[in-house]
Amino acid sequence: MSGLTIRGLTVSFDGFVAVDGVDLDVPPGDLRFLIGPNGAGKTTLVDAVTGLVKATGSARFGETELLGREVHRIARLGVGRTFQTATVFEELSVLQNLDIAAGSGRSALGLLRRRRGVPDDVARALETIGLTGRLDDLAGTLAHGQKQWLEIGMLLVQDARLLLLDEPVAGMSHEERDATGELLHQIALERTVVVIEHDMDFLRRYARTVTVLHAGKVLSEGTVAEVQADQRVQEVYLGHSTSTEGAA
Amino acid sequence: MSVLTGLGRPSRLRTGLGFAGGALLLFAVAPAVLDDFRLNLLAKYLCLAMVAVGIGLAWGRGGLLTLGQGVFFGLGGYAMAMHLKLADAGPGQMPDFMQLYGQLDELPWWWKPFENPAFALAATVLLPMAVAFVLGWVVFRRRVRGAYFAILSQALAAAMVIFLVGQQGTTGGTNGLTDIQGFFGYDLADPVNKETVYFVVAACLLVLLAIVRQLMQSRYGELLVAVRDAEERVRFLGYDPAKVKLTAYVVAAGMAGLAGALFVPAVGIISPALIGVVPSIEFVIGVAVGGRATLLGPIAGAVAVAWAKTALSERFPGTWTYLQGALFVVVVAFLPGGLATIFAWLRGRRATPRVSTVVDGPAARPVEEGVPS
Amino acid sequence: MTLVASQFITGISIGAVLLLIALGLALTFGQMNVINMAHGEFIMAGAYTTFVLQKVFSDAGVSLLVALPAAFVVAGLMGVLLEILLIRRLYARPLDTLLVTWGVSLMLQQLARDVFGAPNVQTRAPDLLTGNVHLWTGSDGVELTIASNRLFILGLVLVCLVALTLVLRLTPLGRRIRAVVQNRDLAAVSGVPTARVDRLTFFLGSGLAGVAGVALTLLGPIGPTMGTNVIIDAFLVVVVGGIGQLKGSVIVAFTLGVLQSGVEYATTLSVAKVIVFVAIVAFLQLRPQGLFTVRTRSLA
Repeated sequence: MSGLTIRGLTVSFDGFVAVDGVDLDVPPGDLRFLIGPNGAGKTTLVDAVTGLVKATGSARFGETELLGREVHRIARLGVGRTFQTATVFEELSVLQNLDIAAGSGRSALGLLRRRRGVPDDVARALETIGLTGRLDDLAGTLAHGQKQWLEIGMLLVQDARLLLLDEPVAGMSHEERDATGELLHQIALERTVVVIEHDMDFLRRYARTVTVLHAGKVLSEGTVAEVQADQRVQEVYLGHSTSTEGAA
Repeated sequence: MSVLTGLGRPSRLRTGLGFAGGALLLFAVAPAVLDDFRLNLLAKYLCLAMVAVGIGLAWGRGGLLTLGQGVFFGLGGYAMAMHLKLADAGPGQMPDFMQLYGQLDELPWWWKPFENPAFALAATVLLPMAVAFVLGWVVFRRRVRGAYFAILSQALAAAMVIFLVGQQGTTGGTNGLTDIQGFFGYDLADPVNKETVYFVVAACLLVLLAIVRQLMQSRYGELLVAVRDAEERVRFLGYDPAKVKLTAYVVAAGMAGLAGALFVPAVGIISPALIGVVPSIEFVIGVAVGGRATLLGPIAGAVAVAWAKTALSERFPGTWTYLQGALFVVVVAFLPGGLATIFAWLRGRRATPRVSTVVDGPAARPVEEGVPS
Repeated sequence: MTLVASQFITGISIGAVLLLIALGLALTFGQMNVINMAHGEFIMAGAYTTFVLQKVFSDAGVSLLVALPAAFVVAGLMGVLLEILLIRRLYARPLDTLLVTWGVSLMLQQLARDVFGAPNVQTRAPDLLTGNVHLWTGSDGVELTIASNRLFILGLVLVCLVALTLVLRLTPLGRRIRAVVQNRDLAAVSGVPTARVDRLTFFLGSGLAGVAGVALTLLGPIGPTMGTNVIIDAFLVVVVGGIGQLKGSVIVAFTLGVLQSGVEYATTLSVAKVIVFVAIVAFLQLRPQGLFTVRTRSLA
């Protein structure tokens, strides 16, 4: 297993510095939560690590430098991500979604063949995300929460070793959140997981470690208890904490 | 929405029967019921249908609205016509028009390789594919897409026509390459040979159909739809969407090239008016009418539109133009799946629900409790 | 030296025509992302408006002056009608809009054939706009001139450009247009009537096509297919210029004009077209989003 090591990561848009010299260490197998007020640079940080926006500094996954590579090359190194609004291929079936996610390593010849049956890894992922019964349904017909599960399933079959999840439980019911939390715990046994989340209740229950971002910088880092006790975090969230909890 | 995605998977038996039926129709029924003139017209329509098959793949499945297929059709057509003109003229001779307009003393260097039939035949398909590869590679790699791509492809068609018209001495200019007499030694004035050309066209169409069917139903076909609907998402799964799109574009170009090559013996002419902006967009309308993302829709649409054009434009040219415009408006705006939507709807009413291949049931592990499935 | 200058002036006047044609598109395509292939037929409508008005006013100068606002209104109303009937339903499907409006353009061309006949017609230019304006006499005695109708078009495009810029910068409508371009949803919840703004934008853009049509009557004959002949070049200008801003289209129109004129002088028209196309593709390698872009944070 590999971890994520970020040094001096900086992203700026036309002079606006969205991420400002962030250092971050996510050890292998960690389940790290990334929190912070709106505009703190959480999503931009994930965008930079996955190659969507240009950044300076360094972001290494294991020993491999990620910055400067193309998006699909980073993905092939085992870095997978989800988006704030679940993005699945709505006009394809659940099975096809997962099969595509599983296949970036396939040869050209393999791509030109038809899929026969359900590949083993896809079947396992279907079971893990509880969508076995829906495999022939169009992904567009899934409920909101199920789409987010499908995205996580796609990361599993993609064999991502580092999962970057952007608000995976937004809009989910309590039951769905609990199930997602358990799933993340299970996934983190074998992989490294980074979660951007606003839901403080969810964070308290499932985070192993927490990093607080504020105005593009790391404000605080540690266990849930340590971060909650941090005076600076309380200042940033003063007056915010109830609203963020309520909003998520 | 399965019309737009093409999720339906007919069984092998049905596919086999379908192909057999198609072959029967093209090789036995059509020659039996159509006279020479109409069979020849059908050969022309089937050439247009070949272009449509490729557009169905690139546009219907890949979302690449290519408004310049006429360029590839033309490259294939000119490559074939150049060889046939040289063969008509005889060894060492120059084609008639060059002596007429060009006042050239000898054959331009870029005509010379086309004396060789093998080279010319290969060029009809490979030349369009090469052009599509170069243009597609530079365009897709830099993520020029959607409307930008459509406009660029259309501009290419416009530029090519202006270029051809301007080089009258070596390309025949506005007239194009006309009055083609023979086809690899066979006299095209002979009805028997005309019929043979029809059979060649029909056979090629079936082969192209089989190729596109395989592409659409393969994993590549699923990936192509994924790229069409969410290109950026595909990137994050480790694929390079540029390559996925490039494949569809190059395949479609090759098909248009072959179609152009066969159009020449079937109709006896290739000219700028047949490959410019307007014919290029007419290729697209057939596909839209038939059903852009289906396998057979583009063929049916292309043949139907071409037939309607012949039938109406001679007697009521104005009416045909209005009708053509209205077809575009009505089909694309209100029936984006094309006529295939109607067929699918009719079939859907009596279809049985598909049975999944994996046993349903909640996952055994405790983790999944509470997850609705 | 004089030769270069005269080619440059030819290029500038080609560029002025290009820009005039593309200016309306810069609004409808550039600002609203609507690909309106019938834009060329709005140009044609402007030209035929001039033709009809010349039957009413015998004086070519008067009819030209009346034609400018009249063509603006005629083409603008056609645009609004198209927006209401079709384009409004297709905002989420830009490529389908392209095909639908192509169908509309076919029908409008046929309508022109039925009303005015298939052969081209011609308008008389005012005496003031025939002949050349002397600019400068070179040391080698070669005179540098510009055709007065082209000078008029250059002036017209500058007036349109300034007027459009003022409308976009200073008026409430302009503010609303820019708000809708930058964030349609936010504008809608902030109380901007986005549907009405779309319609007005379309009126402006299509109206400018009408004005371009009037200008084209000074350069050549009027015919049912005159729109098709210019529309692709106009779209290329906006694509290369980059959407969302006018200055890109301005720079690109004049650059392409000069390039076209220069290459055409060195080779032929047909080769120039191919070279300009290759240059455009090459340019898009450097800046795939065009010369100027409005940055957004969306995934697309």
